[in-house]
Amino acid sequence: MKTFSKRNGYFLSAILATAFFYFNGSDVTTSVYATGTVFALPLALAAMVGIMCERTGIVNIGIEGTMLLSAFVAFFVSSLTQNIIIGLIAAIFTGSMMGLILAVMAVSWRMDQIIAGTIINILATGLTSFLYVQGRTIPGVFQSFEIPVLSKIPFFGPVLFIHGALTFLGIAIILALYVAIYHTTWGLRSRAVGEHPSSADTAGVSVVRLRYINVTIAGAVGALAGAYLSLELVGSFERGFTAGKGFTALALMIFGRWNPLGALAAAMFFGLAQAYANQLMIDQIVNIPSQFTAVLPYIMTIVVLTISAGKVRAPAAEGQPYEKGQA
Amino acid sequence: MSALLEVTGITKRYPGVVANDNISLTVNAGEVVALLGENGAGKSTLLKAVFGLIKPDSGEIKISGTPIVFGDTAGVISRGVGMVHQHFQLVPVMSVAENIILGDEPRRGIFINKKAAHDEILALSKRYGLEVDPEAIIEDLPVGMQQRVEILKALRKDVKLLILDEPTAVLTPQEIDELLGVIRNLANSGVGIVLITHKLHEVMAVADRVVVLRGGKLVGATSPKETDEAGLAQMMVGRSVVLQVNRTEAKRGAVVLEVKGLQVRDDRKILSVKGVDLSLHKGEILGVAGVEGNGQREFVEAICGMRHREAGEVLINGVATKDMHPHAVHKAGISHIPEDREKHGLVANYSIADNLVLNQFDQAPFAKGWVRNLAEVAKSAISTVEKFDIRTPSAFNTASSLSGGNKQKVVVARELSEDLPVLIAAQPTRGVDVGSIEFIHNQLISARDKGAAVLLVSAELDEILSLSDRIAVMSDGKIVAIVESKDADRNYIGRLMAGLKE
Repeated sequence: MKTFSKRNGYFLSAILATAFFYFNGSDVTTSVYATGTVFALPLALAAMVGIMCERTGIVNIGIEGTMLLSAFVAFFVSSLTQNIIIGLIAAIFTGSMMGLILAVMAVSWRMDQIIAGTIINILATGLTSFLYVQGRTIPGVFQSFEIPVLSKIPFFGPVLFIHGALTFLGIAIILALYVAIYHTTWGLRSRAVGEHPSSADTAGVSVVRLRYINVTIAGAVGALAGAYLSLELVGSFERGFTAGKGFTALALMIFGRWNPLGALAAAMFFGLAQAYANQLMIDQIVNIPSQFTAVLPYIMTIVVLTISAGKVRAPAAEGQPYEKGQA
Repeated sequence: MSALLEVTGITKRYPGVVANDNISLTVNAGEVVALLGENGAGKSTLLKAVFGLIKPDSGEIKISGTPIVFGDTAGVISRGVGMVHQHFQLVPVMSVAENIILGDEPRRGIFINKKAAHDEILALSKRYGLEVDPEAIIEDLPVGMQQRVEILKALRKDVKLLILDEPTAVLTPQEIDELLGVIRNLANSGVGIVLITHKLHEVMAVADRVVVLRGGKLVGATSPKETDEAGLAQMMVGRSVVLQVNRTEAKRGAVVLEVKGLQVRDDRKILSVKGVDLSLHKGEILGVAGVEGNGQREFVEAICGMRHREAGEVLINGVATKDMHPHAVHKAGISHIPEDREKHGLVANYSIADNLVLNQFDQAPFAKGWVRNLAEVAKSAISTVEKFDIRTPSAFNTASSLSGGNKQKVVVARELSEDLPVLIAAQPTRGVDVGSIEFIHNQLISARDKGAAVLLVSAELDEILSLSDRIAVMSDGKIVAIVESKDADRNYIGRLMAGLKE
């Protein structure tokens, strides 16, 4: 029999806490969880970007920039064409290009990856600030719809099955990535490249090609996270729109042990904390300045990260450029 | 019929060196060709070119008569070439099965067929008589078992040509015998084999032909029938090498290092040094013989302050040294050539010059107060590189750019530079070519003659026998006997090492 692991412990306490809240007020709890899912999704998707890159050994701190520029492009192109689908496609193209630029710097030029990521972030901040114009609008957002039957399940229905198209797409990507990393050829090769690139090289797996592919696709996923913010969640764009979500995602990735489901759980925790903070403000249960409640999720993240730290093991080749034949 | 492997005029230049200079070579099916050469002679470079890991500047490589595309590893593998690399090419956190199938995975749709992989590996392991557990995680396995996984990985695709780059460097004598048997069997079944090794008796035992490289050039070919170990050594180094060390009688002085009741635990927290008493005298070499894994590593690390001493003490000139404080132990007078030079001997990304002064960079003449005197560091480095014959384009290249034997020379040069009263040399010639071995041995003898007390720990019994004045045999964490080397009998010591009583 399997021993009672730490992970099972987290899982059990999460279920118990949810049940406790639910029986103390089912409507409020359901709505808080639904909101929490909405908050969690962009973070979880952004964490997938980190996982895809770091599993192959590339540190990507440019997630924030990728999301920011993609969110802008999504909004701007939607506004120009008055079509949010075209906006979404433009954003995904932008994100892929940013991934490709990172790959060129980190893989081909063997640049320091922190600096390469910083360049991406500065580029995004600069471009969006420069190109941003006030007063533009888009024709609408990706509207929520109900998935028949499933949405009628108490609690789970409203939390998981009444969302916009991008949310469903995002959840599908996260689940698919989990399966892919642990059960496909691509996943096995990616992990090998991230742990011990020369092993992959000597087995005939092209380290350079796989890193290019993964970092570029990850850029597209980051774009989806950005587009979700401007085209589904908010429906507008401001300077500094992503507000550090790309960096929070990196913490969630570590908290989730580079495992897509782990990162998703971490993002849910963070999203719920944020949703509860909002609820506290609405209910005026506690009479404290709103700035404090806004900070709450971040403080909780720090506390949880500290407590759960333990032995975290990053992919061994993370951040190291690879030169063929150096085995 | 064309040869299995045909290498014609391969040249590969790196900044400052010609690693391979117009090398040609053929290997036929069913023969074992040993590739000999000093560290840095270009053997690994040549074989990496054959395996498609690096692109040579010119030349041609044919497998069964058809040329390969340079740099196309996957293509070379698909043509039936397998390679066992000098440094294990295994992903430590993955399972045996995952490592073996990597690069050519059995699939079901887009998914990996884990069941098929498992069965395939069991069949493979049965076919070659190399037993492994497909689900074991690599980092949990002992080195010999990891080597076995490497070999299975190389054999998986019905290999026609198997390349082995120093496969025996980290194996125990029993594992080596086993491996040589596997090599012979494969050759008998028609596989062509290229073997790099520094151990000349292995060459004599298993090779059909011997090809020698020196300074990137092919300098000769012979066969074990036509020559002997001394002849091979001479071809490699280009001068006659004295395989037997000449040394005078030791002038044994007072006790310098004293170890009393030392007990140490290993990484798994198991007591691996179980109460050792030992006295080391000025002007002698005390050899510690033993099969690896009998506590030698923990013993040395505990003396040097790198591992916690569970009980007992270590005294230098009667003064107890501090536990878990390598710097204090060094100051007290112990220099240490560590067993793992990559991990404990060198800072890979520092220059050779900086590595040479790691032990005294903060002292005159290499520093004035807080400021380093880089001119002095450079001057000393250039002369050391010259004196120790460290093969490098310059003293300012990184240590990581050196070949194994030259790295070891850097460590030895540094540790001998201070003339401290005690020198501890752990496996000082592991993975080092015969020319460098001769050199390092002479350095140890001359340190002794200058009055140092030398503790030599080695898994090579021949090394212990030829260098030591006294021999201590370590078995199961205890010193089971100490004999004068003139009374030492090879068989007797071998039996003690194996843990047998008299």
